[in-house]
Amino acid sequence: MTQQDENKEGIGGMINPRRYGIERVAYLLMRLSGLGLLAYFIGHIYETSSILKGEVGWNEFLELTQTNEGHAVLAIVIAMCVFHTVNGIRVMLGHGGVGVGKPARPDYPYTPASQNARHKIGIYSAIVLAAIAMMYGLAVMFGE
Amino acid sequence: MTQVPSIAEEQLSTSLSSSKSVTLRIARFNPEHENERKFMEFTIPYEKWTTVLEAILEVKKHFDHSVAVRYSCRQATCGSCGMIINGKPRLACFTKISELDSDIVTVEPMNNFPIIRDLAVRFERLFDTHHKIKPYLIRDDSEITSNEKEFLQSPEELEQYIQFSNCIKCGLCNSACPTMATDSSFVGPQALAQAYRYVADSRDKGKDSRLKVIDDSHGIWRCHFAGSCSQVCPKGVDPAMGIQFLRGYLLGFRS
Repeated sequence: MTQQDENKEGIGGMINPRRYGIERVAYLLMRLSGLGLLAYFIGHIYETSSILKGEVGWNEFLELTQTNEGHAVLAIVIAMCVFHTVNGIRVMLGHGGVGVGKPARPDYPYTPASQNARHKIGIYSAIVLAAIAMMYGLAVMFGE
Repeated sequence: MTQVPSIAEEQLSTSLSSSKSVTLRIARFNPEHENERKFMEFTIPYEKWTTVLEAILEVKKHFDHSVAVRYSCRQATCGSCGMIINGKPRLACFTKISELDSDIVTVEPMNNFPIIRDLAVRFERLFDTHHKIKPYLIRDDSEITSNEKEFLQSPEELEQYIQFSNCIKCGLCNSACPTMATDSSFVGPQALAQAYRYVADSRDKGKDSRLKVIDDSHGIWRCHFAGSCSQVCPKGVDPAMGIQFLRGYLLGFRS
């Protein structure tokens, strides 16, 4: 069966953050930051391997991170790292059933207990902390 | 003797009359004869209490009887009329047009389900995965062979799973799930929530066999707790909660 036959939403539907509130935004940011950190990790291994070319090669490569573009990339990496860590702790606790509410006979209008204020605060905290860390990183790198 | 009109005749002759009207856009697609979906627009009068399903039936009665839609109870009990209404999965019989706060109401078939025609989709995969997680009590004895006439349960024990037994298998959760959007083999939130419903039942002894079924690369580990399933559930089941509790058993948080 093709994707059209199955009527699957596909990646476009998976990454669409507009329909299901802040939880779906966090889901998208978690995916993007995870992929971004993976790309950084691979780049980092490549970068550190330049030490095999001696001190000159190492310094040449290190200069790449000392440019404006390099600083901007590092600031984004800081934001991704902080968001992924804080939101990751929230998701890991949720995965263990911690903070997702208690089963109870539902009453109309049904408000899902698993989408509670604690999780929303966790998501907003992850976003705010990532923004603060990124701004601090920018201040340190561009403030020299 | 007075001639009483039949229900069919009555339905044909009556139509909604109101000063307010809405543009109803219905997705039309027959996979056997067409390559892509197209939309047909109808102007439908509505009242404060008119549901999307009633508007679709109005189209069938007075404009185009060929619109394919599945429905039955009209009271959010049978789970037949799930569809995408203005971009989100909802039950057509449980969604009032006035609550949508829009002059245009777009109805499409549910995502992540193969289309039969127009708004009607295939449920085979949902029922297959539901059956896969063994949706029944598993134990060696039965109420007939046991000395007790019934398996007693305290109100507290009932509270552990009663919420999850409200599932009407409408498929809205599977339609909203971001994992289902890309992975056809994923068990899905409906089946996972039902697995928890039986695992949490104090009368059931089949926890290990169910956990074995869902402990799979396309099983519970593909849920990333986006929570969209719980947001669209029309019966307050909260599949995301059940799935996280279920995963708690596999991670050792619960026993």
